[in-house]
Amino acid sequence: MLELHDITAGYDGGTPVVRNATLTLAAGESLGLLGPSGCGKSTLARVAALLHRPDTGTVTLDGEPVRGWRYRAPRVQRTALGIVFQQPRLSADPRLRLTDLIAEPLRATGRRDEIRQRLSGLAPAVGLTPDLLDRRPHEVSDGQLQRACLARALVLRPRWLICDEMTAMLDASTAAALVGAVEEYRAATGAGLLAVGHDHRLLDRWCDRTVHWNDITTAEVRA
Amino acid sequence: MTGRTPILTVRGLSVRFLMPGGRRIAAVTDAHFDAAAGECLALIGESGCGKSVLASALLGLLPANAQAAGEAHIGDLDLLAADERTLARAVRGRLIGLIPQSPAAHLTPVRTVRSHLEETVTALTGARGRAAVRSAAEAAAERAAFPSGHLDRFPHELSGGMAQRAATALALVGDAPLLLADEPTTGLDRDLVEHTVDELRRHVDTGRRALLMITHDLAAAERIADRVAVMYAGRVVEVTDAESFFGASGPRHPYSRGLLQALPDRAFSPIPGTPPELGDLPAGCAFAPRCERATDACTVLPPPTDGIACHHPHVPEDLRA
Repeated sequence: MLELHDITAGYDGGTPVVRNATLTLAAGESLGLLGPSGCGKSTLARVAALLHRPDTGTVTLDGEPVRGWRYRAPRVQRTALGIVFQQPRLSADPRLRLTDLIAEPLRATGRRDEIRQRLSGLAPAVGLTPDLLDRRPHEVSDGQLQRACLARALVLRPRWLICDEMTAMLDASTAAALVGAVEEYRAATGAGLLAVGHDHRLLDRWCDRTVHWNDITTAEVRA
Repeated sequence: MTGRTPILTVRGLSVRFLMPGGRRIAAVTDAHFDAAAGECLALIGESGCGKSVLASALLGLLPANAQAAGEAHIGDLDLLAADERTLARAVRGRLIGLIPQSPAAHLTPVRTVRSHLEETVTALTGARGRAAVRSAAEAAAERAAFPSGHLDRFPHELSGGMAQRAATALALVGDAPLLLADEPTTGLDRDLVEHTVDELRRHVDTGRRALLMITHDLAAAERIADRVAVMYAGRVVEVTDAESFFGASGPRHPYSRGLLQALPDRAFSPIPGTPPELGDLPAGCAFAPRCERATDACTVLPPPTDGIACHHPHVPEDLRA
């Protein structure tokens, strides 16, 4: 279970962008969260991914309450979550070859001996060929880079995936391919999914159920 | 094809990038198409297929290591043969209005929308004197439905939709016969996409302008386009009416069909494989390695016939009987 209860979150003590949001995902469930741009859904996705500490409210991950965010979160909780962001260019270190980009989570958790074996399975699953793996981000297209970002999110075999507008910058064919790769991973591992987006046609097709932003939060106050 | 006279005529447009080590990147190859007044032509294809390079070529904004060949006429002027002086003084803003991909990034961050508009009005129209420029700028904002209360805001104070309208207002100032919109809806949410394309459509429906919209958003293209040109690996592989493209008969090129079937409200299945490298294209049809209809014939480049470049196009039902 991934439970977000009564979350209020904002930035630098200003007006909260998320107010009293409550969201519950059953194990292995895929949930689409719909909302217009600027409503605060990405902030909520960051809270769920343990990347942003909420002002108030609780997050419970598989029965264990979350007490620390970002680097203060215990590794066992951090590595249970994989996250894919909207803009691959902004979420990939431009100096790393795609191989190293994907392998970084393994290195960071002291599992570098698994790199070769894990990459040989993952690269074809997300549609990356060996010559692409050798390149740096400026030498590949947005779609190819997003495939690498998805592989990076999957490399630690997370129990939960959080995809924040994963396909918004991509063409229809690449979008369908990435969604297919996520679903294959979920079918093989039983991982749960929180997909955040604005395209109801995409999320209705992709997820077990979808909820609208207005239904999970009491008010979105934006000047 | 309508009987109207085309505003933009592109014939055999090719763009090559010369890379270090003598590598050549074939970004655009032998493109042919027209755009008429009152018409919207949507140029669609996967990212990295050469769509934006084509737009840069029309505006004379290619980087120094690029070479363009072929012809692109607006009236009597060949855009590809024009020198920088002509492009700067007669083409950009005056013959072609550009609506850029990320408008907020395209605007100068330290100046207000009003300041942008007034500068553009001074440069492109005969308005002189503070009062005349000010009112012309306000009129330009109104034409693109940009609220006058937001005129004194800076780009970072605008939402995505507002920034889009500001960019559209700027593109309309010179009353250019051709509007060129490069991915105008990327990153906007669905309501805003529909709103943006409806507004673009409104500017075309005056009957004096043509719109060339470059996009990978098929839903946006369906909403706005009269005709659709599909680009794959630098080549225009199919040009057809939007109605038949998105309608029951569907497109005829296997690549176009694959793109449509990838939509979440259709089959939601991707085209297998990935697009080829533009620096290393196969000799024949570039789509053949990903195509279920490919045969030995596909090792030869298919000539464009009847708006389609394919050896094995889908045949509409009524012709097969």
